[in-house]
Amino acid sequence: MQRRVIFDNKLLPYLLLAPQVAVTLVFFIWPAAQAIWQSVHIQDAFGLRSEFVWFENFTAIFTDPNYVGTLRTTAIFSVSVTALSLSVSLLLASLADSKIKGAAVYKTLLIWPYALAPAVAAVLWMFIFNPEIGSLGRLLNGWGYNWDYRLNGDQALTMVILAASWKQVSYNFIFFLAGLQAIPRSVLEAASIDGAGPVRRFWSITFPLLSPTTFFLLVVDMVYAFCETFGTIHALTHGGPGKATETLIFRVYQDGVVNNDLGGSSAQSVLLMVILIVLTTIQFRFVERKVHYS
Amino acid sequence: MATVEIKNVRKSYGPVEAIKGIDIAVQDGEFLVLLGPSGCGKSTLLRMVAGLESITGGQVVIGGRVVNDLDPKDRDIAMVFQNYALYPHMSVFDNMAYGLKIRGVPKPEIETRVAKAAEILELGRFLTRRPSQLSGGQRQRVAMGRAIVREPAAFLFDEPLSNLDAKLRTQMRIEIKRLQDRLGITSLYVTHDQVEAMTLADRILVMNHGVAEQIGTPLEVYQRPASLFVAGFIGSPPMNVLDGVIDASGQGVVMPGGALLPLPRPRPDDANRPVKLGIRPEHLTISDGLAASPILVELVEALGADTVVYGRLPDGESLLIRMAGLPSCTEGDQLSVAPQPGALHLFDAAHGRRLAD
Repeated sequence: MQRRVIFDNKLLPYLLLAPQVAVTLVFFIWPAAQAIWQSVHIQDAFGLRSEFVWFENFTAIFTDPNYVGTLRTTAIFSVSVTALSLSVSLLLASLADSKIKGAAVYKTLLIWPYALAPAVAAVLWMFIFNPEIGSLGRLLNGWGYNWDYRLNGDQALTMVILAASWKQVSYNFIFFLAGLQAIPRSVLEAASIDGAGPVRRFWSITFPLLSPTTFFLLVVDMVYAFCETFGTIHALTHGGPGKATETLIFRVYQDGVVNNDLGGSSAQSVLLMVILIVLTTIQFRFVERKVHYS
Repeated sequence: MATVEIKNVRKSYGPVEAIKGIDIAVQDGEFLVLLGPSGCGKSTLLRMVAGLESITGGQVVIGGRVVNDLDPKDRDIAMVFQNYALYPHMSVFDNMAYGLKIRGVPKPEIETRVAKAAEILELGRFLTRRPSQLSGGQRQRVAMGRAIVREPAAFLFDEPLSNLDAKLRTQMRIEIKRLQDRLGITSLYVTHDQVEAMTLADRILVMNHGVAEQIGTPLEVYQRPASLFVAGFIGSPPMNVLDGVIDASGQGVVMPGGALLPLPRPRPDDANRPVKLGIRPEHLTISDGLAASPILVELVEALGADTVVYGRLPDGESLLIRMAGLPSCTEGDQLSVAPQPGALHLFDAAHGRRLAD
């Protein structure tokens, strides 16, 4: 039951909302508006003059053959990161939910990666995968597998996917664990008395009951993969080799900051925003229907 | 349908012994109630029968088969939980059909069996609803439906009515009784509510601190409580317990106030033995005479059908008296009460066990 709150003071509700509105205005609406504004302008290299060019920046993006490649990379990257981090964290959370010795320590350790800065995490992965100094990198080469993510684009993409997923596993883990613990034990006991084995119990009871959490994390992880993985990619591969690990967000940075094409970069970020809005809407329209909220 | 035998079953959590060896054989079709205060181990015992808790020692035998090492699903039992434990994401139909689907029962048969259970429990109209759209009583019926469609060897109930309000609880209690009479399935029922125990049970197992205090029919447990614990736990308001001493001749018990209560049979062997004397409030009547003690009325509770009088004996011990009908005395009155003949319960003063009648 939702209760309707009635304020005596007409101003108070607005005051209570003000901080949230201010944050949204300053950190979302304003930059978003600026991006839209800039996306229809071309600036000179020194940022002194700008010219209104209608949708020229967008036309340029769509006629750029490289952009399709970036879209493809982003799709592979985002889907892989989301799928990998969701499935690994769900597995870990299910294991941590069972009665085990040292569960508290185990849980704490699993949460640590979330506290690492992306650049630090990237350095850590570099120490693992660098073909000359990385433990695993050297091992792979020692076994005769030709591992060098600085030359091989597929290897580079695999590595950034691993690193980006690993960062997100902690976050997902916390939510999954909380979700699992919210499922009444007696419901699972009833299922085992009804004859369901552990696997069946998981898929027919636990997983559906976890669906609100999974759906929330699906949306969050998708946005994470699209937007917040910049630091990891930047520190590990700089989008390379070639453009093998250049995702949309990395290209926005590359074109805007490195190549000084603010208009083109803004047009791309506007596109990115549209893509995310569309994806999230689709998720809410079609995936959420299957979600069970108790 | 089957017998359920519990043979010297024990449960320890580390050094703590929660169940200290329980023995009972539940007959085919019998309704056994496990009764006791919270923490006495009754739920643990039930969960060991269900297979949800491991068994530290002893054997559980269902239908002649030792089930100690079997998974819950292989024990051929169904359980009704206190919080119903319905699958919230499934319809009422799917909740009841879940166990049958897993066991590979053909679809038409599932439909017939669920329809039959729904008819017995008057759930026909709700089959497409989700549990969240049902009232507490309806949810409890779905939980029972889920148990009966399986046609198990035994039903296990774990305080199934304690989440319901008082009125619904009475109604559901009667429904459970009818259902069990009709289906004749062996049932183990855990509760801390003595009214449920008295009304539902063929036999009651009264538990305390992991020990069976008494096993008997409801009337046996009421009429001949085996220990002070049982005496105090069964009956409302609870039995009065007074310190007394059997007199030198063994003919009677001397009450704290000096009154001499005649014993049903002489106990010359127990002469001068200190005892705990149990008298149920409903077995005290207003009377004069040798066996009567004077009391001061401190409080009168009129319940309508009967009246509970809180009195105090001259030596300061309190005494409850339950009388039929409306109150005939008020606070501050002096009364003289005596137990009905043969209504005395004698317990050992040291260990609290009942003295042989």
